[in-house]
Amino acid sequence: MYLRKLKDISLILFKFMHDSKPIIEIKGIGKKYNITHQRGGYVSLRDVLMNILKSPFSFLKTKAKQVVGLEKKEDFWALKDVSFNVQRGEVIGIIGSNGAGKSTLLKILSQITPPTEGEIILRGRVGSLLEVGTGFHPELTGRENIFLNGAILGMKKKEIAEKFDEIVAFAGIEKFLDTPVKYYSSGMYVRLAFSVAAHMEPDILIVDEVLAVGDAEFQKKCLGKMEEVTQKNGRTILFVSHNMGAIRQLCEKTIVLNKGSIVDFIETEKAIDIYLSKTKSEKIIIPLKNTNREEFRIKKIEFKNDTNKPWIVECFEKIKIEVIMEITENIPNFRFGIGINSLSGERISTVHSDEKTLEKGEYLVSIELENRLVPGRYELGLGVLNRYQLPGFSILEVENNKNNDHKWFNPGSIDIKSDFVIKKK
Amino acid sequence: METTVIRPRKTFSLKDIKELWQYRELLYFFVWRDLKVRYKQTFVGVAWAIFQPFITMVIFSIFFGSLAKMPSDGVPYPIFVYVGLLFWQFFSTALSDTSNTLISNQSIITKVYFPRLILPISSVMTKFVDFLIATLILIGLMFYYGYMPHISGLLILPLLLLITFMASVGLGLFLASINVKYRDVRYALPFFIQIMLFLTPVIYPASIAGKYSFLLAINPMTGVIQSARAAILGTTPINWLLIEISFISTSILMILGIYVFKKTERYFADII
Repeated sequence: MYLRKLKDISLILFKFMHDSKPIIEIKGIGKKYNITHQRGGYVSLRDVLMNILKSPFSFLKTKAKQVVGLEKKEDFWALKDVSFNVQRGEVIGIIGSNGAGKSTLLKILSQITPPTEGEIILRGRVGSLLEVGTGFHPELTGRENIFLNGAILGMKKKEIAEKFDEIVAFAGIEKFLDTPVKYYSSGMYVRLAFSVAAHMEPDILIVDEVLAVGDAEFQKKCLGKMEEVTQKNGRTILFVSHNMGAIRQLCEKTIVLNKGSIVDFIETEKAIDIYLSKTKSEKIIIPLKNTNREEFRIKKIEFKNDTNKPWIVECFEKIKIEVIMEITENIPNFRFGIGINSLSGERISTVHSDEKTLEKGEYLVSIELENRLVPGRYELGLGVLNRYQLPGFSILEVENNKNNDHKWFNPGSIDIKSDFVIKKK
Repeated sequence: METTVIRPRKTFSLKDIKELWQYRELLYFFVWRDLKVRYKQTFVGVAWAIFQPFITMVIFSIFFGSLAKMPSDGVPYPIFVYVGLLFWQFFSTALSDTSNTLISNQSIITKVYFPRLILPISSVMTKFVDFLIATLILIGLMFYYGYMPHISGLLILPLLLLITFMASVGLGLFLASINVKYRDVRYALPFFIQIMLFLTPVIYPASIAGKYSFLLAINPMTGVIQSARAAILGTTPINWLLIEISFISTSILMILGIYVFKKTERYFADII
């Protein structure tokens, strides 16, 4: 009897002691990439051999230098000296422009890639959601994919079986449970994928830009679900997004990252202000390193307007963009789209090409956009239907220098062509 | 309470084995997925696992057995070649699958953490299921030709399977690690496997090489296939020395494979 009491007390004490420690402790994390790794995608042995044959001496020289340790290191620190703590039950947002190191940080936290230096202590079960539907197999049915995806996300089979009905109900796909997911509409696919993910029960949840997919209504439902979970279960969440609306809704505190280090870690509103003022004074470079997919990759995105200032356009002047991409597998229903967002992450407009079957090869996509954007700064994103999204590859600046008859604009983002006729009846 | 500490990674520790055990369910799901997906949208389905070795056996029996009069240690050529094919196909398909497994699961590797060793192991296990299915043909053949297996001989089959497993995993892990960086493996491997088929006594008995037959023993699959024939068909007495050599060499191969794999594992997600 006494013994049991003692055990209870010690258990409570144990819990208390643990709770007082931060659930996530990050100490001086840094991640170094070798630039040569990033540049070429993958190299083939032939290329290496060709390089040796072409210039044997310089090859020997660099090799020799490498051995002695004298070579010019083309290192790139994606993260440098990042430290912060997160307490149990906190929901923390992470924002920053492209290339600020957000994804690298999440990848290190979810153990996909190890840090070069530093240490992280995670006190609890970690679930990471860097993409919805990781490991979904198109040939498998909805039912089968729920189990497969759940297991990949780290759920136990028993756990998945218990939550199965809930997952299906949340996704609303009861009728299609035994249909291979390749026949699903893209909406259903995303709903199912998110639903599995939303039913994970880790102590720490790491979420990357996953809400960028799916229609607005479903996004709201997801946000609602995430909010519900955090409030009810006191789950700790790290949440990366370009969507300032979502960050505002979910996170109490937010980290602003820039060029691999923390600019600030404060209340969300202030953080967003800092981030927005920062992006206003800085150009964003297109990071193409993430565009390698199995079936296609984007080689180049170019701004083709006749100005010497890239990504700056006069208002009402057509926006011309060229994208060069390589396709390594035939893709049926290929649809290429461009999205225009406001800097706070709300979608202003989405346009896309017709659906088309594309065979292997290199393609040039020429895009011309009618420009009715009000002067200001916008974020351009691109995507391929059901396959790929590159949110915010560049900031587009719309200027007003030449239009003397249109000196000012009304509030809003788009100047719709209008015709008002006022006549006396 | 589960506590994870993330640090710059070292090569190998005992924790890795514990972790593999923790992730055994995922291993099961990967095997299950591969088996499930493989014959989807095919007309004859699982029968493919039987067709392939069967047809190969028929063709080989016609050309090498009947026309070229290949010696077969006094056993009907179809059974003789089928025992060889059975083990050879297990080895070669497992090897090529393991080598490509990281590439074909690229999208998962870059998004979710799990011990990467699960992937190659699951590929071999999938191929083992094929092996079991294809064994049905062997049983049929043995009935047809009226051969009774030696019960004592059957007992060494698990050992032979273990050697085959270690050979394909060891070499496969090594190639998989290279494949992440140099995709040349994908093109070189089928060619290599084809040549290996002729350097392994699958369609001919090892005795054909005469006094040079010891050279064939460098290849661990020689020991496996020869001993399998000895065990199942009683062609020759079991050569224990050969088995020992194969066992030791494949064990070393596997340890080396795991070492290289663990060493390069840390940057898989960065450069794949």
